[in-house]
Amino acid sequence: MGQFFPNGIAHYLAGGLIIGAAVGLLFVTTGLIGGMSTVYSSTWSFFSNHPFFQWENLVGSREWRLAYAAGLVLGGAIWLVWLGAGTWQTGVPIWQLVLGGFLVGFGARLSNGCTSGHGICGMASLQLPSLLAVLTFLATGIVTAQLVAWMGGH
Amino acid sequence: MKSTPLFWALVAGVLFGFGLSLSAMIRPEVVLSFLRFKDFGLLLVLGGAVTVALLAFQLAPRLLDKPFFGQAFAKHPSTLNTRTIGGAAIFGIGWGLCGVCPGPAIAGLGSGNWPLLAALVAIFAGAWVQGRFFGR
Repeated sequence: MGQFFPNGIAHYLAGGLIIGAAVGLLFVTTGLIGGMSTVYSSTWSFFSNHPFFQWENLVGSREWRLAYAAGLVLGGAIWLVWLGAGTWQTGVPIWQLVLGGFLVGFGARLSNGCTSGHGICGMASLQLPSLLAVLTFLATGIVTAQLVAWMGGH
Repeated sequence: MKSTPLFWALVAGVLFGFGLSLSAMIRPEVVLSFLRFKDFGLLLVLGGAVTVALLAFQLAPRLLDKPFFGQAFAKHPSTLNTRTIGGAAIFGIGWGLCGVCPGPAIAGLGSGNWPLLAALVAIFAGAWVQGRFFGR
């Protein structure tokens, strides 16, 4: 086991269960499905009159999605104050964050889901397209990350 | 009544952000070490989250007429087409490059991981290009 989990398993499991509880809580209280990537489109509806961004699904959900995102920031801050061992900054080079982030935003919105939308909400809804999306992004993610490491990247 | 979903979204978001932080998913290095088969912890995070969400999604609509503070239970909309799979493939390439997903890019900022701001802005830019030129 240790060779597969060199950093232990408890915090991974506990964190995963809490994330599931968060999605479950949102669903049981409001009936809403809490994938995370839609906020990156719905927030543009405040600024863009383009018909895509004025789609009622985006306009109608933009407020609760922003509240959800604000909660995410707050949750990260609570963890930092309560359990965190000081702030910590990623060493991934900025060009990887920017190029990778762009593709993450473009791809997740084209696919209508990300690791939480397809990975958690879609699979928990027993949606076959979401399972196939997860297998697809796992495959391309693994190939890309291995290639970057092979080429000497971070 | 309009503020009720906002309140619960905020509360759920706090839990979500705390869980992402506790499970170290806000560290791109941890995500990348999974994709490079050095630490399989991400599978435990995903497995734990799906298990609890599965219980909620499957049981709540059977046990309750409607959500406690809402009108109806929504369904996750996913369709099998080239956009869903092609978009996922592009998402994975970006994910393998930066190790950041949409949720951790936001939660990580709360934990003081400032370089993630670059990823956050880039994700917003990618979402804009998608909607503006490839939306429908």
